[in-house]
Amino acid sequence: MKAIVWQGTNRVGVETVPDPTLLLPTDAIVRVTSTAICGSDLHLLDGVIPSMERGDILGHEFMGEVVEIGRDVKKLKVGDRVVVPFNIACGACDPCRRGLFSACDNSNPNHRMAEALYGGVSGGGLFGYSHMYGGYAGGQAQYVRVPFADVGPHRIESDLRDEQVLFLTDIFPTGYQAAEQCGIVPGRDVVAVFGAGPVGQFAARSAQLLGAAHVIVIDRVPERLAMAAAAGCQTINYEQDDVLVALREATGGRGPDHVIDAVGMEAHGHGPGALADTAKQRLRLSFDRITALRWALLSCAKGGTVSLPGVYGGLIDKVPMGAAFAKGLTFRMGQTHTHRHVAPLLSRIEAGEIDPSFVITHRATLDEAPDLYKTFRDKHDGCVKVVLNPWG
Amino acid sequence: MNPDSPNPDGPNHDHASPDSQTPDGPATPDRTAEPQAAGEASTGAHMPPLERSVVGSVGVALIGAGLRSARPLQKIVLGGVGAGLTALAATGRNPLATALKIRQNAQGEVLVSDAVTVGKPAGALYARWRDLERLPDLMTHLQTVEVLDGRRSRWTVKAPAGTVSWEAELTADEPGQRLAWQSLPGAAVENHGEVLFRTAPGDRGTEVIVRLAYRPPAGTAGAVVARLTGEEPAQQLRDDLMRFKREQELGFSPTTQGQSSGRAATGGQA
Ligand SMILES: NC(=O)c1ccc[n+]([C@@H]2O[C@H](COP(=O)([O-])OP(=O)(O)OC[C@H]3O[C@@H](n4cnc5c(N)ncnc54)[C@H](O)[C@@H]3O)[C@@H](O)[C@H]2O)c1
Ligand SMILES: [Zn+2]
Ligand SMILES: [Zn+2]
Repeated sequence: MKAIVWQGTNRVGVETVPDPTLLLPTDAIVRVTSTAICGSDLHLLDGVIPSMERGDILGHEFMGEVVEIGRDVKKLKVGDRVVVPFNIACGACDPCRRGLFSACDNSNPNHRMAEALYGGVSGGGLFGYSHMYGGYAGGQAQYVRVPFADVGPHRIESDLRDEQVLFLTDIFPTGYQAAEQCGIVPGRDVVAVFGAGPVGQFAARSAQLLGAAHVIVIDRVPERLAMAAAAGCQTINYEQDDVLVALREATGGRGPDHVIDAVGMEAHGHGPGALADTAKQRLRLSFDRITALRWALLSCAKGGTVSLPGVYGGLIDKVPMGAAFAKGLTFRMGQTHTHRHVAPLLSRIEAGEIDPSFVITHRATLDEAPDLYKTFRDKHDGCVKVVLNPWG
Repeated sequence: MNPDSPNPDGPNHDHASPDSQTPDGPATPDRTAEPQAAGEASTGAHMPPLERSVVGSVGVALIGAGLRSARPLQKIVLGGVGAGLTALAATGRNPLATALKIRQNAQGEVLVSDAVTVGKPAGALYARWRDLERLPDLMTHLQTVEVLDGRRSRWTVKAPAGTVSWEAELTADEPGQRLAWQSLPGAAVENHGEVLFRTAPGDRGTEVIVRLAYRPPAGTAGAVVARLTGEEPAQQLRDDLMRFKREQELGFSPTTQGQSSGRAATGGQA
């Protein structure tokens, strides 16, 4: 089959690789009908997530048709049309039973790698996202092996198009959880979202769905800001305005009640802090560049929430912790517990409250994907979200 | 979502009585008990006298070589490394062992402990562990465990050259709570240890705590090499405990062995 393969930093390619097979009786094989490139994949392209190996199949946002099931798979049937959460979870451990699916104890075969890096504990596995997260082959391919097939995949029975439900696999739940965990008081709270990429777009719209009085989106890419403005958000271009001044003004000097960092570890930025971050990341002294996180902590209102869907990988310094402490901020963060959001968000799509396909700007084949990784990373050609048809 | 965990020093968890430190002592599983294997534990690592004198002589030899060397860079490097080793020998601490957090007691035994919470009752977990001959399914470095009688057993492990085996005896067997063992005189790798089964607070199953002490065949340096090559008991223990948890909670271990990739010869139907 054809698959998108990581070939090294800044190199992804299309390769012909063996078709996946069932490895355990709880596995299924899914024939992928649509798959997307995520901002998280850019961290892999840029080589800032450790433990990738040449030849790894990428991709964690995908859906398709079940073509084969292992003998212990009970709920799923061959022929089912499913969306598959990007996290791999066992459904049986204590975190899974509490709905903390991304913290699954049992799905990461390489737990020791993550334990070594992260203080003796490991999160669950992810599709196509480094060996530290399990080394599972991803779904930017014609077929994919799906472990724990009765736990992750969610059947789509309505006649919604792929493009309307594909993002239930990651970015819609990710944006939604980012907003939900702020505890927005409807009609009162102001929410600021750093980053107008796909995750930021869904975070902003989710904040609106949850009743935010006002939503402000910050980025520097005009067409991404325009997409947020089209949903009724105020926008700030941090290259044109001093973002901290603009946020004070927009909130009567209080700062936003909640701030979502939908940028993560590769924030773009100005000034000595940002320069030092970049130098350290290049030298592999640090994984993370944290301009957006600094702005989030400095701008957030007293008693507010700083919610981090943006991914961080390692150690950071020059964090304005004093400001966070003085204001009594709450931090919420982590990989999304995608499984628990799929059914409720699917209902919202079916009810017409949101059509997630608004974010798609590029549709292409697997052969075109390597170029589109770069178009997406460099924000050329108005690119916000790329959807791939593996059979096109 | 965030049940407060009970105070670990709460009333039902008194400090260990001194005799719970001996293998045969009346040990109830106790949250605050010192590892019985611990003795005077310290993180990182006293070198035994022989190792100390070897390290010291290598250090002095390197300083000598550095001083004799004509090339200035070599002079600095050899001299520096040599001085470092000499200083180490003088202080008697192995810095690599310290950096790698290899714990040792005053008797030169390496101490290893780890714990995992498994969502099953203590009785079932104890029974699985007590079935010694089935332990090699969980502990992949074990080749066989042969039960000789009610207390004694013969353990065989895979080693870089062939196998190593020794006899051990159970020193405590408290159903549903605790097992302890001690290798018998003449063991290639002298070791003793215990495993505790303790009900976890809330609806979370059982906390399984393992404490081991062993005398590494090649001293502290041997423990460092084993740690760096990933074959050291601390790492094996972690893997074993996770394999145990997954066997109990799932009935299998997750895997990617044989999956498709862009690397050659990974199986699948091309
Ligand atoms: N927590 C999760 O489970 C999860 C899931 C999916 C994605 N993510 C993460 O979310 C983040 C965003 O993903 P995406 O797909 O939207 O990526 P993206 O790269 O398309 O979007 C990031 C946006 O941030 C903007 N930006 C960069 N620096 C900024 C700054 N200092 N201030 C404001 N904006 C800035 C960029 O211009 C870009 O528009 C990534 O870190 C991704 O890894 C996390
Ligand atoms: Zn993603
Ligand atoms: Zn789990």
